Amino acid sequence: MHSVVCIKQVPDTTEVRIDPKTNTLMREGVPSIVNPFDMHAVEAALKLRDEYGGKVTVITMGPPQAVEALRRVKTLGVDRTILLSDRAFAGSDTLATSYIITQAVKKIDSEDAVDLVLCGKQAIDGDTAQVGPGIATRLNMPLVTYVIDIDSVDTEKKTITLKRSVENGRTALCVEYPMLMTVLKELNEVRYASLPNMILATNFKAEVWNKDDIGAEMKNMGLDGSPTAVRKIFSPPVRECGEMIPHGIEQPDVAVHNLIEKLSHNKTI
Amino acid sequence: MSDNSYSNKYDVIIVGAGPAGVSAAITCAKAGLNVIMLERGEHPGSKNVMGGILYRHPTEQIIPEFYKEAPLERHITEERVWLLSKDSAVTMGYKSKRFDEEPHNCFSVFRSKFDKWFAQKAVDMGVTLICETLVEDVIMKNGKVVGIRTNRDYGDLYANVIVAADGANSLIAARAGLHPEVRSNTLALAVKEVYSLDREKIEDRFNIDSEGGVTIELLGDATQGLMGTAFIYTNKDSLSIGVGAFISQLMKQKISVYDLIESVKTHPMIKPLLKGGETKEYLAHLIPEGGYRAIPKYCIDGLLLVGDAAMLVNSLHREGSNLAMTSGRFAGEAIIQAHSDGDFTAKGLSTYKELMEHSFIVQDLKKYKNTEKFFEEHMQFFTLYPQIADDAAYEFFKVDGIPKKEKQKIIWKQITNKIPSWRLLLDIYNGWRVVK
Amino acid sequence: MGYVHIKKEKCIGCEQCVVVCPFEALFMKDGIVEVIPDKCKECRKCLPACPTEALYLERRERRGQRPEHGIDVTVDLPPELARYKGVWVMVEQQDGTPHSVSWELMGEGLKISQKLGVELSAVVLGENVDGIRREAFQYGAQNVYVIDDPVLKDYRTYPYTFAMTKLVNKHKPEILLMGATSLGRDLAGAVATSLKTGLTADCTKLDVDEAARVLLQTRPAFGGNIMATILCANHRPQMSTVRPRVMSRPYKDESRDGTPIVEQLGLAEEKIRTKFIEFIPDAVAHVVNLDDADIIVAGGRGVGCDEGFSVLKELAEVLGAELGASRAAVEAGWIDYEHQVGQTGKTVRPKIYFACGISGAIQHLVGMQNSDVIIAINNDPNAAIFSVATYGIVGDMHKIVPELIKQFKDKKNK
Repeated sequence: MHSVVCIKQVPDTTEVRIDPKTNTLMREGVPSIVNPFDMHAVEAALKLRDEYGGKVTVITMGPPQAVEALRRVKTLGVDRTILLSDRAFAGSDTLATSYIITQAVKKIDSEDAVDLVLCGKQAIDGDTAQVGPGIATRLNMPLVTYVIDIDSVDTEKKTITLKRSVENGRTALCVEYPMLMTVLKELNEVRYASLPNMILATNFKAEVWNKDDIGAEMKNMGLDGSPTAVRKIFSPPVRECGEMIPHGIEQPDVAVHNLIEKLSHNKTI
Repeated sequence: MSDNSYSNKYDVIIVGAGPAGVSAAITCAKAGLNVIMLERGEHPGSKNVMGGILYRHPTEQIIPEFYKEAPLERHITEERVWLLSKDSAVTMGYKSKRFDEEPHNCFSVFRSKFDKWFAQKAVDMGVTLICETLVEDVIMKNGKVVGIRTNRDYGDLYANVIVAADGANSLIAARAGLHPEVRSNTLALAVKEVYSLDREKIEDRFNIDSEGGVTIELLGDATQGLMGTAFIYTNKDSLSIGVGAFISQLMKQKISVYDLIESVKTHPMIKPLLKGGETKEYLAHLIPEGGYRAIPKYCIDGLLLVGDAAMLVNSLHREGSNLAMTSGRFAGEAIIQAHSDGDFTAKGLSTYKELMEHSFIVQDLKKYKNTEKFFEEHMQFFTLYPQIADDAAYEFFKVDGIPKKEKQKIIWKQITNKIPSWRLLLDIYNGWRVVK
Repeated sequence: MGYVHIKKEKCIGCEQCVVVCPFEALFMKDGIVEVIPDKCKECRKCLPACPTEALYLERRERRGQRPEHGIDVTVDLPPELARYKGVWVMVEQQDGTPHSVSWELMGEGLKISQKLGVELSAVVLGENVDGIRREAFQYGAQNVYVIDDPVLKDYRTYPYTFAMTKLVNKHKPEILLMGATSLGRDLAGAVATSLKTGLTADCTKLDVDEAARVLLQTRPAFGGNIMATILCANHRPQMSTVRPRVMSRPYKDESRDGTPIVEQLGLAEEKIRTKFIEFIPDAVAHVVNLDDADIIVAGGRGVGCDEGFSVLKELAEVLGAELGASRAAVEAGWIDYEHQVGQTGKTVRPKIYFACGISGAIQHLVGMQNSDVIIAINNDPNAAIFSVATYGIVGDMHKIVPELIKQFKDKKNK
């Protein structure tokens, strides 16, 4: 079974802080990590390899520093890592990104047939959850998002039975592969890297592919290939200032009384 | 090493990528040895708090002119000591234009940034660095340390020499049977906060320019009468505020270090310095403060202890990183010697011991070896004397029409009301004797 | 010769400026843009490309003349796309039950369609969906497009994408809205890709530039730390998924009905490589129902301990309210994740939201700031929660909450 996992290097949004004075994002010093959902996609692919044999290829798109994300998954023992990096990729929105990755998957597939493409549910910096569905649509592969269980794989019939998480339960599906899935954290627990893999990852070299390597056309990527554009960024709006009810510290009973009066007066309660 | 080859045998294994470990690693790597360094934290410096002060001299012995590229905060131009009582401070200090000229004496740093940079230097010189990996045990063969065992699968590694740079409470030292049980009165618990504050405010409040910096050592009320110290260091746009005290005393007095740092921050002499800032980071850390008497055996067959792991801290002069780097470098030099001799026994590695014995490290620690014990037995230095100093200074500077000669009498009387004069003189003499 | 300067604190690393620079004077370093002064020719191309105004040229015209809302809407729409008209809302259903977000979108869609002077239409896909079709009219749809086919009985990406793409290509709406649910986000991503148009996920606010007929789609980014307004100016339809419960449900006019526009699917089951096996409902029915609660009593770090939550629980019982919590309280282990409100938890919209001991991190605010009335109790007068509060009390919640319990009880008994 040959799985291709698409990962993204993201700033650790839990460490992102807002500068209280300027109300802007403080990005400096925020560590880069592999998008946490993507780690579970890598783990899922490794588990399938452990069970059914085959190979795990991991690709990421980004600047040269994104090689660090590949190094991280290399420690888990993936077989092949490819960095898609080109100036022409910069500024791509989700539609253009899915185009670039699709081109790369097609090239991988031409060398070594791909059975499965895996992505994380969404990236924590963008939260769009669009690139996975985009790649599946472009590759004309069946798509299952929010996968929470992989129950079985029938390598004869080439089908995977899995469960998808929805608002009030789970949907069980049987899907022919090659297919694409996006996965949830609940799917598995990411393994702890072995020491030999850690050491091997310290001086590995990722393959780097540019736009020509994957035969990508300029009109489909970067700003030209992106229908959407971010036009404004601002801090979340604050509501108009409310009313402060005094005496909360020294006379809580009075403050509470006044609050309830106001609520009754406005017919809130 | 090609992409798919892997060896579990190295010339040197270094456990811990702090200043001591990295110094040893760089020294060995420069001589062409095959070095692997293991770090428990996510990255070098991530598990670290202490210090905040980096000395130029020992650092330049490892990387000449490091200050041209290393991530430093401010070079220190002024050192202050404040003796605090409840609502006052008797202050002393030294400020010099000479400290303002390159090369500087010392710098305030963020260890999380500096250690990362420092470790990267080692990696650039060919050292293999593995993070997020805990070394759990040593592998012994015929009474000699030959390897280590990590918490990862297939996690054994072998080397001619192991360097334990894994900090106070070194697990390696313990597993190799070197640390006598650590007594809690040889360990101090320190907490540090990074307190963000506008650059201009820092420069105004501390009377410094955009590059220079100040350290303030706080004694007396800062530690609520416990034996220990507190400090404030200026960074570029933040302050490092720390306080440390011996665990044994914290336990006895039932005071938590968290209370201690709060009381430092709210002290009337300190609060105005912090106004308008906010806590950005909060860290706690163990430091060995045992002095000379606490130093374990640090050189045995196949194993060297360096830095905090060897309990190398000079508690009077807050020079942990200085001692750490120098001991790391000595260990590296000894290992190079051992390699050329092909002898990795304690005897083959004895260069380390010799270098240590003849250096300022052991000599300074020896000199101050009675300090801890003395202050521990004379707690008035942390409780009563700051109060006396306060009262005396208050009387002395107060203008109230009393002639100076009369004032001196009053002051002396106030002091001798609190403590007999013979006792005071004895304490002063003894105190001077242990630190002289 | 000068060069462009960068306000590092404003740069979000989107690389838009790097791409437009004709002189390759800008490059990314550690996620932030940097300039090579020698290469910069001050051509100013990068200035409008930056969404955060992080770039500036010194002294000259630093204060630009951009409109107050900060968005320049310029459109260069090919004529065939300019013909796309109308606002569509996808009505999501499962086993004949519509998802409430669909009706919330009808309300929002109506406002937009009125501004643009076009019709509001609903799209209903499924099997035996006649009841939903009718409800769609009652919630304000002027048209309802229906594809009723056994293949569409249970949601699967491919047949739904096929159906929606077919409808869009035939009827050409300029705006298509869906709920940001597991279904909507799955479907929207696939549909947008097959239509090669733009999609903005998980919006919390929609507006429209009437002149340019461009949807202004606002959504949280970076884990809710900032908001971004995204445009899809030159492609049609403009697609958004919208987060449930951030918009209010419109009035339902029971008397309304209409004739749907029915289309055929034209897709055989054999062509579909995904087979539906079964739906497994959650074993425990949702004990915690923050979605439908009229009143929520929520606690944060200031609650201090497990026991603190039992006092909040008592207040919730008195008020018939549901119990909520901030991430800090959930991470401290005082209360289960099901209660979490905010970016990584639930988005809620109750009539009254009590925030007790909650400081008001942005992550929390995005999940509850649309509540009708917010009552904040916190001992820190500078807590951010007070900036969104309708009523605020500075004080110790451990004293105020028991007082609330007592006085509400008294009031009930009267």
